[in-house]
Amino acid sequence: MKKRAFVPPAGGPSRRAFVKGMAAGGVLTGLGAFRAPLWAQAGSRQATGELTGTTFDLRIGETPVAFTSRTRTAITVNSSLPAPTLRWREGDRVTLRVSNDLAHDDTSIHWHGVLLPANMDGVPGLSFHGIRPGETFSYQFDVKQSGTYWYHSHSGFQEQLGLYGALIIDPIRPAPFAYDSEHVIVLSDWTDENPERVFGKLKKQSDYYNRNKRTLGDFFADVRRQGLDATLADRKMWGEMRMSPTDLADVTAATYTYLMNGTAPAGNWTGLFRPGEKVRLRFINGSAMSYFDIRIPGLKMTVVAADGQYVHPVSVDEFRIAVAETFDVIVEPAGQEAFTIFAQSIDRSGFAAGTLAVRHGLRAPVPDLDRRQLLTTTDMAMSHDGMAGHDMSKMAAAPAAAGAADPHAGHNMPAAPAATTAATNPGMQMHPESERGNPLVDGQAMSPMARLDDPGVGLRDNGRKVLTYADLRSLLDDPDGRDPSRTIELHLTGHMEKFAWSFDGVKFASAQPLELKYGERVRIVLVNDTMMSHPIHLHGMWSDVENDAGEFQVRKHTVDMPPGTRRTYRVRADALGRWAFHCHLLLHMEAGMFREVKVVE
Amino acid sequence: MSRALVAFFVVVVTAVCAATAGGQTPPPPPPSPPPTEQAPPKQPIPPVTDADRAAAFPQGMAGHSMGGEGINFMVLFDRAEWQGGRAGHAHWDTKTWIGGDINRLWIRADGETDDGRIEQASGEVLWGHSFSRWWDVVAGARQDFRPGPGRTWAAVGLQGLAPYWFEVEATAYVGEGGRTRLRLEVEYELLLTNKLILQPVVEVEAFGKADRARGIGAGLSSLETGLRLRYELRRELAPYVGVTWDRKLFGTADLARAAGQNAGAGRLTFGLRTWF
Repeated sequence: MKKRAFVPPAGGPSRRAFVKGMAAGGVLTGLGAFRAPLWAQAGSRQATGELTGTTFDLRIGETPVAFTSRTRTAITVNSSLPAPTLRWREGDRVTLRVSNDLAHDDTSIHWHGVLLPANMDGVPGLSFHGIRPGETFSYQFDVKQSGTYWYHSHSGFQEQLGLYGALIIDPIRPAPFAYDSEHVIVLSDWTDENPERVFGKLKKQSDYYNRNKRTLGDFFADVRRQGLDATLADRKMWGEMRMSPTDLADVTAATYTYLMNGTAPAGNWTGLFRPGEKVRLRFINGSAMSYFDIRIPGLKMTVVAADGQYVHPVSVDEFRIAVAETFDVIVEPAGQEAFTIFAQSIDRSGFAAGTLAVRHGLRAPVPDLDRRQLLTTTDMAMSHDGMAGHDMSKMAAAPAAAGAADPHAGHNMPAAPAATTAATNPGMQMHPESERGNPLVDGQAMSPMARLDDPGVGLRDNGRKVLTYADLRSLLDDPDGRDPSRTIELHLTGHMEKFAWSFDGVKFASAQPLELKYGERVRIVLVNDTMMSHPIHLHGMWSDVENDAGEFQVRKHTVDMPPGTRRTYRVRADALGRWAFHCHLLLHMEAGMFREVKVVE
Repeated sequence: MSRALVAFFVVVVTAVCAATAGGQTPPPPPPSPPPTEQAPPKQPIPPVTDADRAAAFPQGMAGHSMGGEGINFMVLFDRAEWQGGRAGHAHWDTKTWIGGDINRLWIRADGETDDGRIEQASGEVLWGHSFSRWWDVVAGARQDFRPGPGRTWAAVGLQGLAPYWFEVEATAYVGEGGRTRLRLEVEYELLLTNKLILQPVVEVEAFGKADRARGIGAGLSSLETGLRLRYELRRELAPYVGVTWDRKLFGTADLARAAGQNAGAGRLTFGLRTWF
C-alpha cells in the first residue's frame, strides 16, 4: 500500500483556524487535540487523502469527532471520516484486509456498485459472516470496471456513524473527456444522536424531525392566496389520506449536520483549481437518509458519468443526487477566485457547502436555501383513499394469484417483446394482492408514470437547468442486447405513521428471496406507492434503466424512485449468488424495505 | 366439425390462460417471438465454474439480520396536570405500547387525586392488532380501583386514526353481574405553529345499568372535554395550559347532586406532556 505524501499546502488553514472553526467539526484525536481533516493534509491537488495500490489495510474503529459543540464517537476507517478514498485500477486484483478494532460490534464493508463474487460483497448473513471484533477479513477480487463508486458498512447503523468513503477506479483506457485535475466530494449527514434512538423516535412519532408541517398560519395564507374553497379542498384531500405534503425527508437538519468531505459548512472544505483548467468533480452521496440538490453558482456543470458509468455529456446548472448515487461533472472555473459548492437537502432544512478556490481561505457567497415546495398531485399519482385502493386490489387479485406462485416474490409475467405495452405503458396501475387491506401499506399509486424528465419536487420551474434522468444516456450501447424474457414488478410500500417500509407490503423478515436464473435478462418494474423518494440499489449486477419506449437508456447501480413513479430497468443475471436489493435510505432498509435476490443456475 | 370445435377451444383456452397467467397486467401474446429473444447476448454470459459456485453460496449463512421485525415501545404521559379550583387536584392519563408494527401490547392508565387522596384510578391492559391501514382492534381487561368498590371489566375496542387525523378510541366493556360500559374518546392536534399545538379532546361514557356504589346511573354518564395548548420544547417535553369542562349526565348527575356534589365543573389546568 502506498500512501500519497501529505505535505501541508502553502497557505493552508492554520491549526488556529481550525480551533476557531470548530463548528466545522471533524475528526478529533486525543483529548481536544484537533487533527486536520485529510483534505487539509493532502499536498497534491487531489484534495482528499487517498490510498492507492492493490493491497490495502483498513482498520475499523472508534474515533472521537465534533461536528457540533459536542464530542461524539464515530465509527471510522483508519480514524478518518469519511473513510480514506481508495484508488484502484481497472484490471488489477485488489486485496483489502479489513480489521475490526471495535470492542463489541461486528462490522463489514460493502463495495457499492462494484461487480464481484458474492462472497466479497460484504453483506453479513448473505455474502459472509461479517467481521467480528478482533478479526481481519481479506477481500480479494478482480476489478472489472472503472469510475466513481463508494464503500460503506452494511452492519447495523454504522453507515450513519461515519463508516463510508469514496472508491475511485482509474480506467485502463483514458476517459472520453479531458480534465486537468479532480476532486472527490463525499456528501453525508451526521447526527449527534445515537442512530438507534433516531430510528426509535421515528417509530414512535414518524414526523419527529419535520419542523415544517403546515400550520394554522399556512391555512390562512393559502386562503388569501387561492381562496377558501381551494384551500379547504386541498386540506380535505390530504386529511382524507392522513398524509402531509411537507413530508420530504424523515430525518432533517433538526438533528443532522450536513457534511462535505467530513466538513460542516462552517469548516469550508476547499478544493483548489487553477483558473481556466477543467476540473472533474466526483460527487458521492454517502448519506444515510439525505437527498441533496447540488449547484455551483456561477458555473455550468457538465455531467459526464452517473454511478461510475460514462454518459453522453449534458450541461446543467443543478442536479439532485439520491442517497448512494454518484455523479461526475466537469467544471471550468474562471473569472472568480472562489465558487461555492452548494448542496441543499431536499427538504431545505439545511445544506452542505464547500468552496472551489484558487487558494485556501477564500469563500464565495453561500446562497440562501430555496423556498420549500410541497408535494403535489403530480408527486402523488395516487389514491390514498381506502375504498379506491381496495377496489384496485380486487381487480388485481385474480390475475396476480394465478400468475405468481409466490406473491411475496414479485409478480412474474411474460415480457412483451418490444416492451411498449405492459411494462412501460401501464394505464391504470394494478397492485399486488399482498398490499390489499395491509396495515403496512398506507397508500397506492393510481396512475404512476416514469417521469424521467421530471426534476422532482423542489426543483421544478426554478429557472435553472436541472438534470433529470431523461438527460442521462449511457455512452455505451446496451451491452447485452437481449430483450428481457420476463418482467418482475415490485411495489415500494410504506406506512408513514408506523414508519414501516417494505416491498409489496411485505417486510424483509417475512419475505421470500426473489429468484433469477443465471444468464437470464429480466425487466424490473418498480412502482412507488409511497409519498417519499426511495433510492433502490441492487447488489452485484447493473440496473439498466429503460427509457419511455422500454429501451436501454442508462446504466446505474442505484435507481431513484420519486413518489408516484413507475420506472423500469433491465437486469442481466450474470452474477451467481445471494444479493441484497434494497432502499438505500438506511432507516427504510432497517425497517424492512429489503429483499434478497438469489441468482441460481 | 368436431375437430374444428376442438381447435377453436384450444385457441380460446390458450388465449385465456395466457391472459390470466400473465400477472396483473397481461400483455397480448406476441404473434411471433422476435428474433432478438432467441439471439445470444452480445456480451456472452460466462460459463459457471466450481469456484464461482463456491464463492456464490458460502456455507452457513444465517440470513441478513434486519428487516423490521424489531420490538419498539412508547410511553406517553399525554396528561399529567394540576387542575385549578381546589388545591391538590391532579390528573393523569398515560398510554404505553410495546411491540411490532402489527401487534402491540397497550397499557392505558388514568386517574385523579383530590387533596392528596386518590379519587379515581383505573388501568387497562390490551392486546392490539392492526387490521387495516388506520385501525387496530384491541382486547383485554380493565380494572377500576377508585372510587368505591373495585370493578373488573373485559374490554374490546377499536382505535386508530380517522380521516383528518382525528385520533379515536372506542372501547366496550363487560363486567361482573352483567354490567356493560362504553367509552369513546376523540383527540385532535391543531398546529398553531410547529411547536405550539392546540389539542382538543372529548370523552363520553355510558353504562348499561346503574352502579350506585360508584355513583353511576344507567345511560350516558359523563362528558369530559378539554382544550390544551402545549409548547414543544422538544417533541418529548411540552408544558401546557388548558381548560377542561366535565359534566355528569342524567342519572349519574342526579346521584352526584344527591350526594351534594356539582354535576359539572370547568377548570383551568397546567401540565406537562412527555413521552419516551
